[in-house]
Amino acid sequence: MSMPYYVPPEQFMKDRADYARKGIARGRTLVALQYENGIAIISENPSTTLYKISEIYDRIAFAGVGKYNEFDQLRVAGVRTADLKGYQFSRQDVDARSLANQYSQILSQMFSEGPKPMEVELLVAEIGGDASSDRLFHVLYDGTVLDEHNFSVLGGDSEAVLTRLKAEYKSQMSIKEAVAVAILALSGTERKLNHDELEVALLERNGRRRCFRRVEDPEIKAIIG
Amino acid sequence: MFAAGSDPGANFGELLKRVGLSPFASHSDENDLDIPHATTCVAMRCSGGVVMAGDRRATSGNLISHRSMEKVVSADDFSGVAIAGAAGPAMEMIKLFQLQLEHYEKVEGQILSLEGKANQLSMFVRSNLPAAMQGLVVVPIFAGFDPSSKSGRLWDYDVTGGRYEEKDFVATGSGMLHASTVMRVAWRRDLAVDDAVKLCAKALWEASDADSATGGPDTLRGIYPVVASITKDGWSAISDEKLSQIYGEIAKEVGSR
Repeated sequence: MSMPYYVPPEQFMKDRADYARKGIARGRTLVALQYENGIAIISENPSTTLYKISEIYDRIAFAGVGKYNEFDQLRVAGVRTADLKGYQFSRQDVDARSLANQYSQILSQMFSEGPKPMEVELLVAEIGGDASSDRLFHVLYDGTVLDEHNFSVLGGDSEAVLTRLKAEYKSQMSIKEAVAVAILALSGTERKLNHDELEVALLERNGRRRCFRRVEDPEIKAIIG
Repeated sequence: MFAAGSDPGANFGELLKRVGLSPFASHSDENDLDIPHATTCVAMRCSGGVVMAGDRRATSGNLISHRSMEKVVSADDFSGVAIAGAAGPAMEMIKLFQLQLEHYEKVEGQILSLEGKANQLSMFVRSNLPAAMQGLVVVPIFAGFDPSSKSGRLWDYDVTGGRYEEKDFVATGSGMLHASTVMRVAWRRDLAVDDAVKLCAKALWEASDADSATGGPDTLRGIYPVVASITKDGWSAISDEKLSQIYGEIAKEVGSR
Protein backbone atom coordinates (compact mmCIF):
# COMPACT_ATOMS: atom_id res chain seq x y z
CA MET A 1 0.00 0.00 0.00
CA SER A 2 1.39 3.36 -0.99
CA MET A 3 1.42 6.31 1.38
CA PRO A 4 0.39 9.68 0.00
CA TYR A 5 3.40 12.00 -0.14
CA TYR A 6 3.42 14.85 2.32
CA VAL A 7 3.82 18.12 0.43
CA PRO A 8 4.23 21.19 2.64
CA PRO A 9 1.76 23.95 1.68
CA GLU A 10 4.60 26.36 0.85
CA GLN A 11 5.99 23.89 -1.67
CA PHE A 12 2.52 23.18 -3.11
CA MET A 13 1.85 26.88 -3.70
CA LYS A 14 5.31 27.47 -5.12
CA ASP A 15 4.97 24.60 -7.60
CA ARG A 16 1.62 25.90 -8.81
CA ALA A 17 2.88 29.47 -9.07
CA ASP A 18 5.93 28.31 -11.06
CA TYR A 19 3.69 26.34 -13.39
CA ALA A 20 1.41 29.33 -14.02
CA ARG A 21 4.30 31.76 -14.42
CA LYS A 22 6.02 29.52 -16.95
CA GLY A 23 2.83 29.31 -19.00
CA ILE A 24 2.37 33.08 -18.94
CA ALA A 25 6.01 33.75 -19.78
CA ARG A 26 5.61 31.84 -23.04
CA GLY A 27 3.19 34.51 -24.32
CA ARG A 28 3.86 38.06 -25.46
CA THR A 29 3.63 41.13 -23.27
CA LEU A 30 0.78 43.65 -23.23
CA VAL A 31 0.79 47.31 -22.22
CA ALA A 32 -2.07 49.59 -21.21
CA LEU A 33 -1.57 53.28 -20.61
CA GLN A 34 -3.57 56.45 -20.18
CA TYR A 35 -3.33 59.02 -22.97
CA GLU A 36 -5.03 62.39 -23.41
CA ASN A 37 -8.36 60.94 -24.51
CA GLY A 38 -8.67 57.72 -22.51
CA ILE A 39 -6.80 54.44 -22.25
CA ALA A 40 -4.78 52.77 -25.00
CA ILE A 41 -4.09 49.03 -24.86
CA ILE A 42 -1.31 47.69 -27.06
CA SER A 43 0.07 44.22 -27.48
CA GLU A 44 2.24 42.16 -29.71
CA ASN A 45 -0.13 39.85 -31.56
CA PRO A 46 0.63 38.41 -34.98
CA SER A 47 -2.93 37.07 -35.33
CA THR A 48 -5.57 39.39 -36.78
CA THR A 49 -8.50 37.31 -35.58
CA LEU A 50 -7.57 35.87 -32.19
CA TYR A 51 -7.72 38.97 -30.04
CA LYS A 52 -6.16 39.60 -26.64
CA ILE A 53 -8.06 42.84 -26.13
CA SER A 54 -11.83 43.15 -26.31
CA GLU A 55 -14.92 44.99 -25.22
CA ILE A 56 -16.75 44.00 -22.05
CA TYR A 57 -19.17 46.87 -21.63
CA ASP A 58 -19.80 50.52 -22.47
CA ARG A 59 -16.71 51.85 -20.65
CA ILE A 60 -14.90 48.63 -19.81
CA ALA A 61 -12.27 46.75 -21.78
CA PHE A 62 -10.69 43.37 -21.13
CA ALA A 63 -7.20 42.19 -21.97
CA GLY A 64 -5.61 38.84 -21.33
CA VAL A 65 -2.19 37.30 -21.78
CA GLY A 66 -1.10 33.70 -21.45
CA LYS A 67 -3.15 30.77 -22.65
CA TYR A 68 -5.68 31.97 -25.25
CA ASN A 69 -8.48 29.50 -24.57
CA GLU A 70 -8.35 30.22 -20.84
CA PHE A 71 -8.52 34.00 -21.00
CA ASP A 72 -11.10 33.87 -23.78
CA GLN A 73 -13.33 31.77 -21.53
CA LEU A 74 -12.90 34.40 -18.82
CA ARG A 75 -13.66 37.18 -21.33
CA VAL A 76 -16.99 35.59 -22.29
CA ALA A 77 -17.84 35.09 -18.61
CA GLY A 78 -17.15 38.81 -18.08
CA VAL A 79 -19.39 39.87 -20.98
CA ARG A 80 -22.18 37.68 -19.60
CA THR A 81 -21.87 39.03 -16.07
CA ALA A 82 -21.77 42.63 -17.28
CA ASP A 83 -24.73 42.30 -19.68
CA LEU A 84 -26.81 40.53 -17.06
CA LYS A 85 -26.06 43.15 -14.43
CA GLY A 86 -26.84 45.98 -16.83
CA TYR A 87 -30.14 44.36 -17.80
CA GLN A 88 -31.15 43.59 -14.25
CA PHE A 89 -30.21 46.98 -12.80
CA SER A 90 -28.91 49.84 -14.91
CA ARG A 91 -26.05 50.34 -17.34
CA GLN A 92 -24.27 52.66 -14.93
CA ASP A 93 -24.19 49.95 -12.26
CA VAL A 94 -21.72 47.86 -14.25
CA ASP A 95 -18.21 48.64 -13.03
CA ALA A 96 -14.68 47.35 -13.46
CA ARG A 97 -14.00 46.90 -9.75
CA SER A 98 -16.68 44.28 -9.23
CA LEU A 99 -15.69 42.51 -12.46
CA ALA A 100 -12.05 42.43 -11.36
CA ASN A 101 -13.14 40.99 -8.02
CA GLN A 102 -15.11 38.27 -9.74
CA TYR A 103 -12.14 37.37 -11.92
CA SER A 104 -10.02 37.30 -8.79
CA GLN A 105 -12.44 34.86 -7.15
CA ILE A 106 -12.36 32.51 -10.14
CA LEU A 107 -8.58 32.64 -10.51
CA SER A 108 -7.82 32.18 -6.83
CA GLN A 109 -10.20 29.25 -6.62
CA MET A 110 -8.61 27.64 -9.67
CA PHE A 111 -5.16 28.33 -8.23
CA SER A 112 -5.73 26.61 -4.90
CA GLU A 113 -8.45 24.05 -5.65
CA GLY A 114 -8.51 23.49 -9.40
CA PRO A 115 -6.75 20.65 -11.24
CA LYS A 116 -4.21 23.24 -12.45
CA PRO A 117 -3.89 27.00 -12.07
CA MET A 118 -4.97 29.11 -15.05
CA GLU A 119 -2.00 30.37 -17.03
CA VAL A 120 -3.34 33.87 -17.52
CA GLU A 121 -3.00 37.45 -16.38
CA LEU A 122 -5.90 39.81 -16.95
CA LEU A 123 -6.49 43.50 -17.19
CA VAL A 124 -9.87 45.09 -16.57
CA ALA A 125 -9.74 48.73 -17.69
CA GLU A 126 -12.46 51.31 -17.29
CA ILE A 127 -12.62 54.95 -18.31
CA GLY A 128 -14.52 57.50 -16.30
CA GLY A 129 -15.53 61.09 -16.99
CA ASP A 130 -11.95 62.29 -16.65
CA ALA A 131 -8.45 60.84 -16.34
CA SER A 132 -8.58 60.74 -12.54
CA SER A 133 -11.52 58.33 -12.55
CA ASP A 134 -9.94 55.88 -15.01
CA ARG A 135 -9.29 52.43 -13.54
CA LEU A 136 -6.72 49.77 -14.36
CA PHE A 137 -7.19 46.50 -12.47
CA HIS A 138 -4.49 43.93 -13.06
CA VAL A 139 -5.46 40.42 -11.95
CA LEU A 140 -2.73 37.80 -11.52
CA TYR A 141 -2.94 34.02 -12.02
CA ASP A 142 -3.46 33.43 -8.27
CA GLY A 143 -6.26 35.97 -7.94
CA THR A 144 -4.16 38.86 -6.65
CA VAL A 145 -5.76 42.15 -7.74
CA LEU A 146 -3.55 45.16 -8.33
CA ASP A 147 -5.13 48.61 -8.65
CA GLU A 148 -2.68 50.33 -10.99
CA HIS A 149 -2.34 53.94 -12.04
CA ASN A 150 -1.41 55.54 -15.38
CA PHE A 151 -0.11 52.31 -16.91
CA SER A 152 -0.05 48.56 -16.52
CA VAL A 153 2.10 45.81 -17.98
CA LEU A 154 0.98 42.20 -18.30
CA GLY A 155 2.72 39.02 -19.30
CA GLY A 156 6.03 37.36 -19.93
CA ASP A 157 8.77 39.94 -20.01
CA SER A 158 6.86 42.41 -17.85
CA GLU A 159 9.73 43.63 -15.60
CA ALA A 160 11.94 44.85 -18.43
CA VAL A 161 8.95 46.33 -20.27
CA LEU A 162 7.78 48.08 -17.11
CA THR A 163 11.22 49.63 -16.54
CA ARG A 164 11.27 51.02 -20.09
CA LEU A 165 7.66 52.24 -19.85
CA LYS A 166 8.28 54.01 -16.51
CA ALA A 167 11.19 55.89 -18.03
CA GLU A 168 9.23 57.08 -21.06
CA TYR A 169 5.68 57.61 -19.74
CA LYS A 170 4.29 61.16 -19.59
CA SER A 171 0.75 62.16 -18.71
CA GLN A 172 -1.54 63.68 -21.40
CA MET A 173 0.26 62.09 -24.36
CA SER A 174 -1.36 62.15 -27.77
CA ILE A 175 -2.40 58.79 -29.23
CA LYS A 176 0.68 58.87 -31.52
CA GLU A 177 3.05 59.45 -28.59
CA ALA A 178 1.30 56.86 -26.43
CA VAL A 179 1.53 54.14 -29.08
CA ALA A 180 5.18 55.03 -29.76
CA VAL A 181 6.03 54.80 -26.04
CA ALA A 182 4.18 51.49 -25.75
CA ILE A 183 5.96 50.02 -28.77
CA LEU A 184 9.34 51.12 -27.47
CA ALA A 185 8.54 49.57 -24.09
CA LEU A 186 7.40 46.31 -25.70
CA SER A 187 10.24 45.91 -28.16
CA GLY A 188 13.23 47.52 -26.49
CA THR A 189 15.77 49.32 -28.64
CA GLU A 190 17.28 46.37 -30.48
CA ARG A 191 14.02 45.07 -32.01
CA LYS A 192 11.55 46.81 -34.31
CA LEU A 193 7.81 46.04 -34.26
CA ASN A 194 5.77 46.25 -37.43
CA HIS A 195 2.15 47.44 -37.62
CA ASP A 196 0.96 43.97 -38.59
CA GLU A 197 2.48 42.46 -35.45
CA LEU A 198 0.47 44.73 -33.19
CA GLU A 199 -2.99 44.72 -31.71
CA VAL A 200 -4.26 48.10 -30.57
CA ALA A 201 -7.57 49.01 -28.93
CA LEU A 202 -8.77 52.16 -27.22
CA LEU A 203 -11.22 53.20 -24.58
CA GLU A 204 -12.01 56.70 -25.81
CA ARG A 205 -13.79 59.55 -24.09
CA ASN A 206 -15.83 60.05 -27.26
CA GLY A 207 -19.15 61.17 -25.80
CA ARG A 208 -20.83 58.02 -27.06
CA ARG A 209 -22.26 55.18 -25.02
CA ARG A 210 -19.78 52.57 -26.18
CA CYS A 211 -16.23 53.81 -25.70
CA PHE A 212 -14.31 50.73 -26.86
CA ARG A 213 -12.76 50.88 -30.31
CA ARG A 214 -10.47 48.41 -32.03
CA VAL A 215 -7.83 50.20 -34.10
CA GLU A 216 -7.64 48.41 -37.43
CA ASP A 217 -4.41 47.68 -39.27
CA PRO A 218 -4.37 50.65 -41.72
CA GLU A 219 -4.98 53.05 -38.85
CA ILE A 220 -2.18 51.50 -36.76
CA LYS A 221 0.09 51.99 -39.76
CA ALA A 222 -0.94 55.64 -39.98
CA ILE A 223 -0.41 56.19 -36.24
CA ILE A 224 3.05 54.63 -36.27
CA GLY A 225 3.84 56.64 -39.39
CA MET B 1 -79.28 27.31 -11.26
CA PHE B 2 -76.78 29.99 -10.32
CA ALA B 3 -74.42 30.04 -7.40
CA ALA B 4 -75.44 32.38 -4.63
CA GLY B 5 -72.81 35.02 -5.44
CA SER B 6 -73.49 35.16 -9.18
CA ASP B 7 -77.29 35.03 -9.17
CA PRO B 8 -78.55 37.76 -11.48
CA GLY B 9 -81.73 38.17 -9.43
CA ALA B 10 -84.43 40.06 -11.30
CA ASN B 11 -82.00 41.74 -13.71
CA PHE B 12 -82.67 40.39 -17.23
CA GLY B 13 -79.63 42.06 -18.75
CA GLU B 14 -77.42 40.34 -16.19
CA LEU B 15 -79.24 37.04 -16.91
CA LEU B 16 -78.47 37.39 -20.63
CA LYS B 17 -74.80 37.93 -19.75
CA ARG B 18 -74.71 34.87 -17.48
CA VAL B 19 -76.13 32.59 -20.20
CA GLY B 20 -73.84 34.10 -22.80
CA LEU B 21 -76.48 35.91 -24.85
CA SER B 22 -75.68 39.51 -24.05
CA PRO B 23 -76.44 41.79 -26.99
CA PHE B 24 -73.62 44.10 -25.93
CA ALA B 25 -70.09 43.23 -26.95
CA SER B 26 -68.24 41.87 -23.97
CA HIS B 27 -65.04 43.50 -22.91
CA SER B 28 -61.98 41.68 -24.03
CA ASP B 29 -59.12 41.12 -21.58
CA GLU B 30 -57.21 43.84 -23.33
CA ASN B 31 -59.81 46.51 -22.63
CA ASP B 32 -60.21 45.36 -19.04
CA LEU B 33 -56.53 45.91 -18.47
CA ASP B 34 -56.61 49.28 -20.20
CA ILE B 35 -52.90 49.27 -20.87
CA PRO B 36 -51.13 51.89 -22.98
CA HIS B 37 -50.88 51.14 -26.67
CA ALA B 38 -48.34 52.45 -29.10
CA THR B 39 -49.52 53.03 -32.62
CA THR B 40 -48.50 53.93 -36.13
CA CYS B 41 -45.03 53.27 -37.53
CA VAL B 42 -43.87 53.26 -41.15
CA ALA B 43 -40.70 52.31 -43.01
CA MET B 44 -39.68 52.50 -46.65
CA ARG B 45 -36.74 51.65 -48.83
CA CYS B 46 -35.12 54.49 -50.69
CA SER B 47 -32.03 55.00 -52.74
CA GLY B 48 -29.05 53.97 -50.59
CA GLY B 49 -30.97 52.84 -47.53
CA VAL B 50 -34.20 52.92 -45.58
CA VAL B 51 -36.21 55.53 -43.70
CA MET B 52 -38.27 54.69 -40.62
CA ALA B 53 -40.79 56.83 -38.75
CA GLY B 54 -43.26 56.54 -35.92
CA ASP B 55 -45.67 58.87 -34.14
CA ARG B 56 -45.20 59.67 -30.45
CA ARG B 57 -48.62 58.87 -28.99
CA ALA B 58 -49.57 56.04 -26.63
CA THR B 59 -53.22 55.56 -25.75
CA SER B 60 -55.15 53.69 -23.05
CA GLY B 61 -58.62 53.26 -24.47
CA ASN B 62 -59.72 56.75 -25.46
CA LEU B 63 -57.18 58.51 -23.24
CA ILE B 64 -53.75 59.67 -24.30
CA SER B 65 -51.27 58.14 -21.87
CA HIS B 66 -48.01 59.43 -23.37
CA ARG B 67 -47.25 62.20 -25.83
CA SER B 68 -43.57 61.67 -26.36
CA MET B 69 -43.02 57.94 -26.63
CA GLU B 70 -40.23 56.79 -28.93
CA LYS B 71 -41.39 53.75 -30.87
CA VAL B 72 -38.67 53.95 -33.48
CA VAL B 73 -35.23 53.29 -32.07
CA SER B 74 -31.89 52.15 -33.40
CA ALA B 75 -31.23 48.48 -32.74
CA ASP B 76 -27.54 49.04 -33.41
CA ASP B 77 -25.54 51.36 -35.69
CA PHE B 78 -26.95 49.91 -38.91
CA SER B 79 -30.48 48.84 -38.10
CA GLY B 80 -33.60 50.10 -36.41
CA VAL B 81 -36.80 48.72 -35.03
CA ALA B 82 -40.26 50.27 -34.90
CA ILE B 83 -42.94 48.81 -32.69
CA ALA B 84 -46.72 49.06 -32.49
CA GLY B 85 -48.86 47.33 -29.88
CA ALA B 86 -48.94 47.04 -26.10
CA ALA B 87 -46.36 49.58 -24.95
CA GLY B 88 -44.93 47.68 -21.98
CA PRO B 89 -44.03 44.41 -23.72
CA ALA B 90 -43.04 46.36 -26.85
CA MET B 91 -40.47 48.47 -25.02
CA GLU B 92 -39.16 45.41 -23.20
CA MET B 93 -38.82 43.61 -26.54
CA ILE B 94 -36.86 46.51 -28.02
CA LYS B 95 -34.55 46.61 -25.00
CA LEU B 96 -33.95 42.86 -25.16
CA PHE B 97 -33.36 43.01 -28.90
CA GLN B 98 -30.78 45.79 -28.58
CA LEU B 99 -29.05 43.87 -25.81
CA GLN B 100 -29.10 40.67 -27.85
CA LEU B 101 -27.37 42.34 -30.81
CA GLU B 102 -24.72 43.93 -28.60
CA HIS B 103 -24.20 40.73 -26.61
CA TYR B 104 -23.73 38.71 -29.78
CA GLU B 105 -21.27 41.25 -31.13
CA LYS B 106 -19.19 41.16 -27.95
CA VAL B 107 -19.21 37.40 -27.38
CA GLU B 108 -18.64 36.44 -31.01
CA GLY B 109 -16.36 39.34 -31.85
CA GLN B 110 -18.34 40.28 -34.95
CA ILE B 111 -21.65 41.84 -35.88
CA LEU B 112 -24.64 39.64 -36.73
CA SER B 113 -25.75 39.81 -40.39
CA LEU B 114 -28.85 41.89 -41.15
CA GLU B 115 -30.80 38.75 -42.00
CA GLY B 116 -29.65 37.21 -38.72
CA LYS B 117 -30.92 40.23 -36.81
CA ALA B 118 -34.31 40.03 -38.56
CA ASN B 119 -34.53 36.35 -37.71
CA GLN B 120 -33.64 37.00 -34.08
CA LEU B 121 -36.44 39.55 -33.77
CA SER B 122 -38.83 37.02 -35.28
CA MET B 123 -38.04 34.66 -32.40
CA PHE B 124 -38.75 37.38 -29.85
CA VAL B 125 -42.14 38.09 -31.44
CA ARG B 126 -42.93 34.39 -31.48
CA SER B 127 -42.06 33.99 -27.82
CA ASN B 128 -44.54 36.77 -27.06
CA LEU B 129 -47.37 34.74 -28.63
CA PRO B 130 -48.99 33.58 -25.35
CA ALA B 131 -49.16 37.20 -24.19
CA ALA B 132 -50.45 38.24 -27.64
CA MET B 133 -53.32 35.75 -27.25
CA GLN B 134 -54.37 37.70 -24.17
CA GLY B 135 -54.33 40.98 -26.03
CA LEU B 136 -50.73 42.10 -25.45
CA VAL B 137 -49.96 42.14 -29.15
CA VAL B 138 -46.57 43.45 -30.29
CA VAL B 139 -45.95 43.92 -34.01
CA PRO B 140 -42.57 45.33 -35.01
CA ILE B 141 -40.98 46.51 -38.24
CA PHE B 142 -37.29 45.87 -38.66
CA ALA B 143 -35.15 47.77 -41.16
CA GLY B 144 -31.48 48.31 -41.78
CA PHE B 145 -28.64 48.78 -44.19
CA ASP B 146 -27.24 45.52 -45.50
CA PRO B 147 -23.52 45.90 -46.22
CA SER B 148 -23.50 42.71 -48.31
CA SER B 149 -26.11 43.98 -50.80
CA LYS B 150 -25.25 47.66 -50.17
CA SER B 151 -28.92 48.55 -49.91
CA GLY B 152 -31.64 49.07 -47.38
CA ARG B 153 -33.86 46.13 -46.44
CA LEU B 154 -36.98 45.91 -44.35
CA TRP B 155 -39.16 43.30 -42.73
CA ASP B 156 -42.55 43.23 -41.08
CA TYR B 157 -43.88 40.60 -38.71
CA ASP B 158 -47.16 39.08 -37.64
CA VAL B 159 -48.05 38.16 -34.03
CA THR B 160 -46.92 34.56 -34.52
CA GLY B 161 -43.40 35.66 -35.41
CA GLY B 162 -43.95 35.32 -39.17
CA ARG B 163 -41.28 37.37 -40.93
CA TYR B 164 -41.91 38.96 -44.32
CA GLU B 165 -39.35 40.92 -46.25
CA GLU B 166 -40.88 43.90 -48.08
CA LYS B 167 -39.45 45.36 -51.25
CA ASP B 168 -41.03 48.81 -51.03
CA PHE B 169 -42.67 50.11 -47.85
CA VAL B 170 -44.60 48.93 -44.82
CA ALA B 171 -46.79 50.33 -42.05
CA THR B 172 -47.92 48.91 -38.73
CA GLY B 173 -50.32 49.97 -35.97
CA SER B 174 -53.82 51.43 -35.92
CA GLY B 175 -53.12 54.10 -38.54
CA MET B 176 -51.43 51.70 -40.93
CA LEU B 177 -54.18 51.77 -43.57
CA HIS B 178 -54.09 55.53 -44.00
CA ALA B 179 -50.31 55.70 -43.81
CA SER B 180 -49.79 52.96 -46.37
CA THR B 181 -52.27 54.53 -48.80
CA VAL B 182 -50.23 57.74 -48.76
CA MET B 183 -47.03 55.80 -49.33
CA ARG B 184 -48.61 53.63 -52.03
CA VAL B 185 -49.51 56.69 -54.08
CA ALA B 186 -46.17 58.49 -53.87
CA TRP B 187 -43.51 55.82 -53.30
CA ARG B 188 -40.89 55.34 -56.01
CA ARG B 189 -37.99 52.92 -55.98
CA ASP B 190 -35.38 55.64 -56.45
CA LEU B 191 -36.61 58.16 -53.87
CA ALA B 192 -33.77 60.20 -52.42
CA VAL B 193 -33.37 59.93 -48.64
CA ASP B 194 -34.69 63.47 -48.11
CA ASP B 195 -37.82 62.78 -50.18
CA ALA B 196 -38.39 59.50 -48.34
CA VAL B 197 -38.19 61.41 -45.04
CA LYS B 198 -40.84 63.86 -46.30
CA LEU B 199 -43.07 61.05 -47.52
CA CYS B 200 -42.86 59.26 -44.16
CA ALA B 201 -43.70 62.50 -42.34
CA LYS B 202 -46.67 63.00 -44.61
CA ALA B 203 -47.89 59.41 -44.22
CA LEU B 204 -47.86 59.83 -40.44
CA TRP B 205 -49.68 63.14 -40.69
CA GLU B 206 -52.46 61.66 -42.82
CA ALA B 207 -52.74 58.73 -40.40
CA SER B 208 -53.00 61.07 -37.41
CA ASP B 209 -55.62 63.11 -39.26
CA ALA B 210 -57.91 60.10 -39.65
CA ASP B 211 -56.97 57.86 -36.70
CA SER B 212 -57.46 59.11 -33.14
CA ALA B 213 -54.82 56.76 -31.70
CA THR B 214 -52.08 58.22 -33.89
CA GLY B 215 -50.44 61.43 -32.75
CA GLY B 216 -49.71 64.23 -35.18
CA PRO B 217 -46.95 66.84 -34.99
CA ASP B 218 -47.42 68.65 -31.65
CA THR B 219 -46.24 72.14 -32.51
CA LEU B 220 -47.32 73.64 -29.17
CA ARG B 221 -44.92 71.37 -27.28
CA GLY B 222 -42.45 70.93 -30.12
CA ILE B 223 -42.97 67.16 -30.16
CA TYR B 224 -42.51 65.66 -33.64
CA PRO B 225 -42.59 62.06 -34.85
CA VAL B 226 -39.32 60.16 -34.71
CA VAL B 227 -37.94 59.90 -38.24
CA ALA B 228 -34.58 58.31 -38.99
CA SER B 229 -32.63 57.20 -42.02
CA ILE B 230 -30.24 54.25 -42.16
CA THR B 231 -27.67 54.31 -44.93
CA LYS B 232 -24.08 53.17 -45.41
CA ASP B 233 -23.12 55.84 -42.88
CA GLY B 234 -25.38 54.25 -40.28
CA TRP B 235 -28.35 55.39 -38.25
CA SER B 236 -29.17 59.07 -38.36
CA ALA B 237 -32.19 60.63 -36.65
CA ILE B 238 -33.78 63.64 -38.37
CA SER B 239 -33.62 66.72 -36.13
CA ASP B 240 -36.73 68.41 -34.74
CA GLU B 241 -35.82 71.64 -36.57
CA LYS B 242 -35.82 69.81 -39.88
CA LEU B 243 -39.11 68.06 -39.04
CA SER B 244 -40.69 71.34 -37.98
CA GLN B 245 -39.77 72.72 -41.39
CA ILE B 246 -41.18 69.65 -43.21
CA TYR B 247 -44.44 69.88 -41.27
CA GLY B 248 -44.57 73.61 -42.03
CA GLU B 249 -44.56 72.73 -45.74
CA ILE B 250 -47.22 70.05 -45.21
CA ALA B 251 -49.38 72.61 -43.32
CA LYS B 252 -49.09 75.02 -46.24
CA GLU B 253 -50.06 72.31 -48.71
CA VAL B 254 -53.02 71.22 -46.55
CA GLY B 255 -54.11 74.86 -46.11
CA SER B 256 -54.18 75.38 -49.87
CA ARG B 257 -56.46 72.38 -50.55
